[in-house]
Amino acid sequence: MEPILKARNLVKRYGKVTALDNCDFDLMPGEILAVIGDNGAGKSTLIKAVSGAVQPDAGEIWLEGKKVSFPSPIAARAAGIETVYQTLAMSPALSIADNMFMGRELRRKDWRGKYLKMLDRPAMEKFARDKLSELGLMTIQNINQAVETLSGGQRQGVAVARAAAFGSKVIILDEPTAALGVKESRRVLDLIQDVRSRGIPIILISHNMPHVFEVADRIHVHRLGNRLCVIRPGDFSMSDAVGFMTGAAEPPADMQAA
Amino acid sequence: MSSQSAAPENFEAAAKGASRDVASFQPHRKGIVGHFHDLLHSTPALVPLIVLIVALALFGTILGSKFFSPFALTLILQQVQIVGVLAAAQSLIILTAGIDLSVGAIAVLSSVIMGQFTFRYGIPPFFAVIAGLACGTAIGAVNGWLVSKVKLPPFIVTLGMWQIVLAANYLYSANETIRAQDIEADAAFLQFLGTKFQIGGATFTLGVVLMLVIVLGLAYALRSTAWGRHVYAVGDDPEAAGLAGVNVHKTLMSVYMLVGLICGLAGWVMIGRFGSVSPSATTGVIGNIQAITAVVIGGISLFGGRGSILGAFFGALIVGVFELGLRMAGANPQWTYLLIGALIIVAVTVDQWIRKVSS
Repeated sequence: MEPILKARNLVKRYGKVTALDNCDFDLMPGEILAVIGDNGAGKSTLIKAVSGAVQPDAGEIWLEGKKVSFPSPIAARAAGIETVYQTLAMSPALSIADNMFMGRELRRKDWRGKYLKMLDRPAMEKFARDKLSELGLMTIQNINQAVETLSGGQRQGVAVARAAAFGSKVIILDEPTAALGVKESRRVLDLIQDVRSRGIPIILISHNMPHVFEVADRIHVHRLGNRLCVIRPGDFSMSDAVGFMTGAAEPPADMQAA
Repeated sequence: MSSQSAAPENFEAAAKGASRDVASFQPHRKGIVGHFHDLLHSTPALVPLIVLIVALALFGTILGSKFFSPFALTLILQQVQIVGVLAAAQSLIILTAGIDLSVGAIAVLSSVIMGQFTFRYGIPPFFAVIAGLACGTAIGAVNGWLVSKVKLPPFIVTLGMWQIVLAANYLYSANETIRAQDIEADAAFLQFLGTKFQIGGATFTLGVVLMLVIVLGLAYALRSTAWGRHVYAVGDDPEAAGLAGVNVHKTLMSVYMLVGLICGLAGWVMIGRFGSVSPSATTGVIGNIQAITAVVIGGISLFGGRGSILGAFFGALIVGVFELGLRMAGANPQWTYLLIGALIIVAVTVDQWIRKVSS
């Protein structure tokens, strides 16, 4: 089977620091691929390279077999790759609805939308409320409240809802449950499964091993700027995975990627 | 096989019966101050509006009908029209977390180009005005490019541009004023925005109307269009805005070019207001500070992303009311500056109080 998103020999250096060292990456259609690795292993850089936030110094990326390059996150979004960044990429002073539709606002259908470019606020607010309800974020009282008035977990929920609502080909989640409560974490995991059942593959970066082992179909172990190996959660234990990513254990030779 | 995952306690199941309703709470311990605080937080332009009304009431009681006449009140509008237009432009830049020191200089250069193109080259006044507006837009574009692409701080870019534009203005015009009588005789279109009309006892000029149109138009665009939301997002956190799908460069360029255009319009308003075209008009030197003052009194945050352009307009009016009121009362003009200085500090203090969401 051909990967939906494929990268080969990605290199990214920040000055003298090498973040990606000839890194390969494969995401199969309809799967949940977890990416795990130590802090500073280059997970976030890898994700940013395939989501357009960072331009790799070398290497190639294919989406559905077609070679692509994303000069900006907008280009990746236009191609159907939606990302929840660790920083969440929210504008604190703007409302939840404004943030969810940032860069793809809905205009009114009537003459005011056509000639005055007026936004269709009621539609945007209803959509935002529906998406938050799907995620079970019922503690948000007012869809028009500024994002800065939300708690960290609520903000993360809004960011996840935004990606899930708009991602059409690939959804990338960088630490989506890091700031969430038990109930909200569970909702995000359910949502991840739900998105997969709609046929959309997901890249999940997480330090939470129970979550990773619960939902992932395959686990990409990242070490020192490179893909160390790809394992299936059924074949190895969490301790094995931690051993691989920290360098305490060597992965079996046949699992080693290039 | 894996010991960790064996029989974990199923604590998540406990959340099954959780409520599905949107949370709501009894509003409590708010009182009048709390509600007022909420109102200010959702409508930041209210503070300068209240100050404006209080100032009007104060001068009205002290000076009586001399001040509270349609003539005097519309005189304030005429006196603030240049600063009002510049403040509208300045607000846009400050909303993107920048600052523009070149607004007044661009206005003066644009007015000089409108005048000199007409009288030196014999270009029809209509096209000379367009050339002046184009020049303003072009300078704005250079500012925007330096800020957005070269990533220079807006303060530095516009500090330099202020000097460059002002010097170019003197060099090009040879410090030569075009007299009002000459313009009136040969190129009345240049004074078009000075056209006066009466409603009741009130005198308006087209320049005042233009100022109102610019302010209301920008207020609409900032509040109700995608472009406006992008301006706020870029001012709030440009990196987040970029990741969220905003074209930061395009937004900044559009803002700086629009500001250049509005400054060009301010130059045209100047010809209407003064009648003549003077390269040494004070607007070139203090227009930037006047505009920043109006914006700050209007409650727009210098850190970007917060505030409303109506506030800046009210800020310009407050300054106008103080100037006229104190002059009518026969006070030393220094009192005006003293009070405006105090007002700036009070405005920022109030802004900080409003920001405290969790009070």
